[in-house]
Amino acid sequence: MKVVIMGCGRVGARVAAVLDHNGHEVTVIDINSRAFRRLPDEFHGRTLIGTGIDEDVLKRAGITDAAAFIAVTNGDNRNIMAAQVARNIFAVPEVICRIYDPVREDTYRRLGLTTVCPTTVISAQILDHVMSASTLGA
Amino acid sequence: MYIIIVGGGKVGFYLTKTLLSEGHEVLLIEKDPDKTDLFIEQFGAVVVAGDGAEAAVLASAGAARADVVIAVTGEDEDNLVICQVAKNKFHVGRTIARVNNPKNEYLFRMLGVDITVSQTDYILNLIEQAIPDQPFIHLVNLIHEDMAIVDAKVVSGSPIAGRTIGGLPVPENCIIAALIRAGELIIPSATTTIEEGDDIIAIAHRSIEEDLRKLLMKNYRA
Repeated sequence: MKVVIMGCGRVGARVAAVLDHNGHEVTVIDINSRAFRRLPDEFHGRTLIGTGIDEDVLKRAGITDAAAFIAVTNGDNRNIMAAQVARNIFAVPEVICRIYDPVREDTYRRLGLTTVCPTTVISAQILDHVMSASTLGA
Repeated sequence: MYIIIVGGGKVGFYLTKTLLSEGHEVLLIEKDPDKTDLFIEQFGAVVVAGDGAEAAVLASAGAARADVVIAVTGEDEDNLVICQVAKNKFHVGRTIARVNNPKNEYLFRMLGVDITVSQTDYILNLIEQAIPDQPFIHLVNLIHEDMAIVDAKVVSGSPIAGRTIGGLPVPENCIIAALIRAGELIIPSATTTIEEGDDIIAIAHRSIEEDLRKLLMKNYRA
C-alpha cells in the first residue's frame, strides 16, 4: 500500500516507521529537513521537504495513486486543509487528519473527514486512570 | 450589516477602518494580544484577541448573527478553516477569504468559501498593466461567473488590424465590449473596423482566455 504522511513529528515518524517496517511504500513530507532525523536508521521510504497544502508537493509525494494520506503536522488548520486537498482534489481513498481542537474536530468529522483528536483521546485515558484510582481508594 | 474580520494585518486593519467609517458593525479578531491593544486604542471596543479558527472565539464574537465573515490572515490554511467553520457551524451567509497562493482559489471555492480574493493575482495584474507595451493584459476577475476582463493591444502589423469586429472568429463565452482608440472609448458594432493601436476590451470566460489571447495576438512576437 502506498501511503503519504504529512508531518514528521513524533507521531508522523512513528507511523511512517511502522508502515515501512510492515512493507508499505511510505513517503513523508515535512517543511523542516531536520524532522527526518526522527525516522529510524532502517527506514526505506522517501522523504520530501515541502508543505502538504501545496498540490504540487503532494503530487511529487505520489498522492495521485496513494491508498492513504495522513495529516499529522502540529497545525490543525494545515492538517484540515491538506486532508481536504487529498480527499477532494486527488480522491485518496483513506484520509486521516489529526485535529487537536475538539470543536474543530467535531465540525470536520461531520463534514466527512476521518479525524483523530488527541485532546479527547488522552483526556479520556487520563480520566479513566483517575476514576479507577479513586474507586480503588474509596 | 454585521461583519466579522479575522486577521489584523495590514489588510485587516484598513478593512476594519473603512467598513467602520461606512457605518457597519464590525468586529476584528486578532491572535496577537499586543496588536489588539493597539487596535482598541485606535478603533475602540470592536477588537477581540483570539484565534478566529476556534469555534468558541467565533461563537463569543456572535458569528451566528454575522452577515459576513472575512478571513484575511497571512496563512491560507487559517483563512480556509475560518470560513468553513463560519459557514458550517454558524451558517454565515457570506464568507470571504484572502488567498495568498493563487493556486488555492479554485480549491477554496470548491470547499465552500463564497468569495476568494487573491492579492498576489491583483498585484501581478497591476504590475503587468504598469509594464509598457504589454499586448495582452488580464485586467480583472469578475467574481461570480469566473469571467475576466482583458485588454488586448492591436500592435502594428497585427493581422486583425483592418478587419471588422463581426469578421473576427471570437470564441464562445466571450464578448468584445469596447475599443479604445487614441484615448476615446468606442462601443463597437459588427461593422466597426479594428485599427492598429486600438485596445480591445473583452469580457471572457476564464477557460477561453488563452484562446482569445491566441486569436488577438496572432503573429505577435514580443
